[in-house]
Amino acid sequence: MSQHTLSVLVENRPGVLMRVTSLFARRNFNIHSLTVGPTERSEISRMTIVVDVESQPLEQVTKQLNKLINVLKIVELEDESSVQRELLLVKVRADASVRGEVVDTVVLFRAHVVDVSPDAVTVEATGSPEKLAALLRVLEPFGIRELVQSGSVALARGGRSISDRALRSA
Amino acid sequence: MPNAQTTEGLPFDPLLPVESLTGAQSLVRSLEAVGVEVVFGIPGGAILPAYDPLMDSPHVRHILVRHEQGAGHAAEGYAVATGKVGVCMATSGPGATNLVTPIADANMDSVPMVAITGQVGAAAIGTDAFQEADITGITIPITKHNYLVTDPADIPRVISEAFHLASTGRPGPVLVDVAKSALTARTSFTWPASVDLPGYRPVTRPHGKQVKEAARMIAAAQRPVLYVGGGVIKADASSELLALADLTGIPAVTTLMARGALPDSHANNLGMPGMHGTVAAVTALQKSDLLITLGARFDDRVTGLLSSFAPEAKVIHADIDPAEIGKNRAVDVPIVGDAKLVIAELTTALEAEFERGRADISAWVAQTHGWRETYPLGYADSDDGTLAPQHVIARIGEIAGPDAIYVAGVGQHQMWSAQFVKYEKPRTWLNSGGLGTMGYAVPAAMGAKVGKPDTVVWAIDGDGCFQMTNQELATCTLNQIPVKIAIINNSSLGMVRQWQTLFYSERYSNTDLNSGDHHGTHAAPIPDFVKLAEAYGCVGLRCDKPEDVDATIEKAMAINDVPVVVDFRVHRDAMVWPMVEAGVSNDAIQYARGVSPTWDREEEGDNESGPEKVIS
Repeated sequence: MSQHTLSVLVENRPGVLMRVTSLFARRNFNIHSLTVGPTERSEISRMTIVVDVESQPLEQVTKQLNKLINVLKIVELEDESSVQRELLLVKVRADASVRGEVVDTVVLFRAHVVDVSPDAVTVEATGSPEKLAALLRVLEPFGIRELVQSGSVALARGGRSISDRALRSA
Repeated sequence: MPNAQTTEGLPFDPLLPVESLTGAQSLVRSLEAVGVEVVFGIPGGAILPAYDPLMDSPHVRHILVRHEQGAGHAAEGYAVATGKVGVCMATSGPGATNLVTPIADANMDSVPMVAITGQVGAAAIGTDAFQEADITGITIPITKHNYLVTDPADIPRVISEAFHLASTGRPGPVLVDVAKSALTARTSFTWPASVDLPGYRPVTRPHGKQVKEAARMIAAAQRPVLYVGGGVIKADASSELLALADLTGIPAVTTLMARGALPDSHANNLGMPGMHGTVAAVTALQKSDLLITLGARFDDRVTGLLSSFAPEAKVIHADIDPAEIGKNRAVDVPIVGDAKLVIAELTTALEAEFERGRADISAWVAQTHGWRETYPLGYADSDDGTLAPQHVIARIGEIAGPDAIYVAGVGQHQMWSAQFVKYEKPRTWLNSGGLGTMGYAVPAAMGAKVGKPDTVVWAIDGDGCFQMTNQELATCTLNQIPVKIAIINNSSLGMVRQWQTLFYSERYSNTDLNSGDHHGTHAAPIPDFVKLAEAYGCVGLRCDKPEDVDATIEKAMAINDVPVVVDFRVHRDAMVWPMVEAGVSNDAIQYARGVSPTWDREEEGDNESGPEKVIS
């Protein structure tokens, strides 16, 4: 099983997220993560979908997605030619005796402390899934109280825009 | 033009703009503008506002059905028979959910249909209001697209888009759910000049390079087969297909959805492939070195065990839906496009290609003809003087002829109708292929007859299927829709019973319907189909002797003012053959129970052995 990142431009209309997720469920495709948000154009939203599939079914995924009327454009983003980031918020057990050590770790990973209480700090980090996993491994011994992670968001490297192209052909 | 205005004061011409009208009037205007002739439906609370202007429409005929499922299948029957978009209408909640089965059916069989449902007022949506159901949510997986309209200003655009989506590309059902508040509000009406759907651009014209590559492969193939699916009928490509078949001389198989796409009388038509296909069609696919797949989708009922299907064949796959290509079977030459254009361009390319030379396929063609002659479709008359169902169906086909339309339900009678009626023309065979919806026949025949009033329409139904939707006989009688219905009454859920015979040690769990000659638990058959027909104002006939079959069919053919229902009491143990058991290789096709074709002998040139006795 391998992971592929799809960047999907969709019309910004009610129910589009449900159409996409319902398609994945009924076609027996696995979603690893899915994020959706506004783009530089108010009428278009962008989904970043990380799917667990082999390459042959991936073609089926994209073809089936393309059949949805509200889907405008699908691009697969390769690891090497795209920037992929996740956001992590993690609450780490840290009283005064270890707080310095925790903060050192946070700095090493170019993350930030965004909240402090007498017995814990909350750390915000962005990065690739690998970097965030490494950070968590280092923080784990201190005691992780709670964490939340976003799915991947991703853009292709270089100056081109897929939404330009999607709209130009419209 | 009889009047400049309708009784509602709207311009007679539905394309003209209207400054002020209700959403309901805008909806009916939109249906008029898009050219709808007939709507099958039932009113109810949420859709009620739309029924008021519908009553006065000078363009749209509404046919009041007895169950929303009947409306949906009638719309399908109308659509398949005519090629136009079928329209059904229902209210919110249960009205809408009763449309779910025909919508799913239309989705599986790519039938162009628009379903219009009322929804509770916009302010009540999400409150579990009376007769509220999230029908757009429910139908996302079974529609090509759907809409919830809460702003009356959107109605013309949405209706215009819905019909465009339903009828173009790969056709399918589109549902439009309109909130009652949008129907009652005032709005204006302007029919949009065009549709703007940036995410919807079906490819109709095939890629020339792919067509050329396909032509090269066809010229080189030694054992090619034209694998013809329902897309050829959807694309109205029968004349193009005939030209291709005649130019190339390649044997053709026509799937359940494609019966009639190529005349059964055509010299190279091997008949239907699949689970109950002909030995010749199934075997030709298995032994082929090139499948020329036209608007077919490698359904499991055609391929059998997929990994062993046509093992030596390369595949050319032409379909208007790119997602079908490579979905089940890896493809060597994919062609995305409309079958009419694809086949026409392929024929042109082949004319040029054949100039440069071509493999000799005459031995292959002769071999396929040999299979067809050695293993024809057949059946045995029952030994107790009761009716053989296959005989009844074959005689209906012969007496009503190739101009009639035949509509089946689902089960044994459906397979026999696909096998023993000889189809010569497209759009004369209607059935529920993908979803396998029992109860399809009566309402679909009704819809077909509405669309083709001058054509004889025979529903060939089972006693089980008939009891699921026979209430539409009332609709047929009251609206002068004189369909003919042959109930192939074996007093059983026959196909299930056949599987119980073959795979469940003849343990007949819950398949006895007690509706015919084989009544067990109750003294008399329930119901009496003749009395039932008469109760609905139809002519009811019964036939239980082989010698009466022709006279009964002739009698039914002579009645054209009211619907006719014939209760054909048939032998219960008749089975559908040939058969490939579910999940096994098509190589294991059985010509009759326990009888497999004898390939090895035949390939050594022993064609004389002939079929063994067919056990029906």
